[in-house]
Amino acid sequence: MSTESKEYTMPDAASRAAAASEEFETEKLELSMGPSHPSTHGVLRLNLELDGEIIQKCDPVIGYLHRGDEKIAENMTYNQFVPYTDRLDYLAPLANNAIYAIAVEKLAGIEVPERCQAIRVLTSEMARISAHLLGLGAYTMDVGALTAFMITFTEREKLYSLFEELTGARFTTSYTRVGGLLKDMPEGWTDKVLHFCEEFLPLVDDVESLLSRNRIFVDRTADIGIISKEDAIAYGLTGPNLRASGVDLDLRRDAPYSGYENYEFEVPIGEKGDCYDRYLVRLEEMRQSVRLIRQVIAKMPGGPYRAENQKRIILPHKDKTLTSMEELIQNFMITTEGPQIPEGEVYFEGEAPKGALGFFIHSRGGGVPYRLKIRGPSFCNLSILPKICVGAMVSDIPAILGSFDFVMGECDR
Amino acid sequence: MIAQELLAALQGVAPQTSERPSADCPAFNCPLDSLIPVLRALRDNHGYDMLVDATGLDNGVESSPRFTVLYHLLSTATHSYARIAADCADDETPLAPSAVELWPAAEWHERECFDLLGIKYENHPDLRRILMWDEYPHHPLRKDFPLAGHEEDLWDQEISDETGTKVISAPMMGGPFVAKSSKFENEREPRAKDESWNEKNPKPEGQSRK
Repeated sequence: MSTESKEYTMPDAASRAAAASEEFETEKLELSMGPSHPSTHGVLRLNLELDGEIIQKCDPVIGYLHRGDEKIAENMTYNQFVPYTDRLDYLAPLANNAIYAIAVEKLAGIEVPERCQAIRVLTSEMARISAHLLGLGAYTMDVGALTAFMITFTEREKLYSLFEELTGARFTTSYTRVGGLLKDMPEGWTDKVLHFCEEFLPLVDDVESLLSRNRIFVDRTADIGIISKEDAIAYGLTGPNLRASGVDLDLRRDAPYSGYENYEFEVPIGEKGDCYDRYLVRLEEMRQSVRLIRQVIAKMPGGPYRAENQKRIILPHKDKTLTSMEELIQNFMITTEGPQIPEGEVYFEGEAPKGALGFFIHSRGGGVPYRLKIRGPSFCNLSILPKICVGAMVSDIPAILGSFDFVMGECDR
Repeated sequence: MIAQELLAALQGVAPQTSERPSADCPAFNCPLDSLIPVLRALRDNHGYDMLVDATGLDNGVESSPRFTVLYHLLSTATHSYARIAADCADDETPLAPSAVELWPAAEWHERECFDLLGIKYENHPDLRRILMWDEYPHHPLRKDFPLAGHEEDLWDQEISDETGTKVISAPMMGGPFVAKSSKFENEREPRAKDESWNEKNPKPEGQSRK
């Protein structure tokens, strides 16, 4: 019997690969990520088109949290809308309250007393710390570093206790009014804030030592989701996301409001604009906020905490309301008809923790805005996603979304 | 001062540009067809390199021109703002040129404005609804849209058939209490904007679009 066998040829690796790619053309996979995915921080949906693990196209779908805040604003008085601003960026309601009040005051031409301005700066910076604590904690948790989250959440809890003491509410503070504040600070409260700052700074160092040189964290964030300077400006990015891309723009320093020009602070700027830079910028901003808080408390002016002599805009003091006829009428008219704001248009944006939160108010007189447009920083920040997600891996999405630190409450309004 | 210089410069681009009353930054009205050249001049010659906000305004059902588009620009060098407004010609189907070619940031802002006010932007690459769902038939920020909303079918017929639910108007009993601006005192009295329908207050005909 013959033992002849057929001769087989083995093609080389390159020609095999070429044949395979013709034979197995990769199929485009459509993946709907969200709206309830742990890394989308709320209800964002991403319609992804994938080639293997690589993202070819990304189409964000927003609007799941749309509550019609702008329509509601057209139907209620200026002060009635304050609680709705709590629910924009619900992680920093005190900052939203202050920016909204300043926008309306600008339209009405009211100057608030120095003490009121200082308290607004103080609460806005505390809100910035609490928002960044949650933003950073959730971001690092998304990329696998759980310990930092434990530290930041503990600190955030302490801040919420302070907010509760100040405003009576932990989350939905509604602290400002048109022309002033709900009430003055309680006695001894600033000492507690200073005590918090003292305990807080070493913990920022702890978080930094846990993450900044952490191999896994750096591998997952460095050079991921790079946004160039030009793109950041063209897409209207604001806040830490803009500054991480190397654009030196901070409205607190560049277009100062509420007395920010009286304090010294540094504005951290990133170099590359990747996820790692966005983390570094937020970390440093928290330290600068502590610096601001200490200066504000050291310089805290006395005097009234709300503007006086605005009889058609600001409610009279309660003791006078109950004893004097004129003040009673004033109280009744402002409560029912709203503060009487003159005709005109104003656009004011301030530096909220997530970026520039803007209010455009078109007033035709009376106590109700004719049109109120809210410019949510998260809305603008997210609009760059279709550009920067292309070419990234699916596993980069949690890092990119975490580093953006968005809140759907102000994105969808 | 800046406003006067800017106005003179913009009138070189579009002669009919005029100053718009404003409580803060320089603001200008310009004709709709020169909106894009004016925005381009502001971006290229005057340093307004960032589009921070684009929105629209419904001036009321009766008024004409009914719709206005507004753009807010920021200069990252001088940190000053500018507002540009242009009235849309058609009151029924308002049209406006899109600024996406100048700033990609305009894409989402204009989609939102189309969604909520129904202003159509020409040359917009992807004019879809953004906050409401794609099949939604109304534009909620228009002044003739009631606060409570309209009764509508769900976006998916299959879900409607299976669950028997639909989009219902918001129950408005109990608030918000709002005083209208009116010269008559009895109309200024604050009252709840109750727009929910019941046996005593039946739904007016033609409110819902099938």
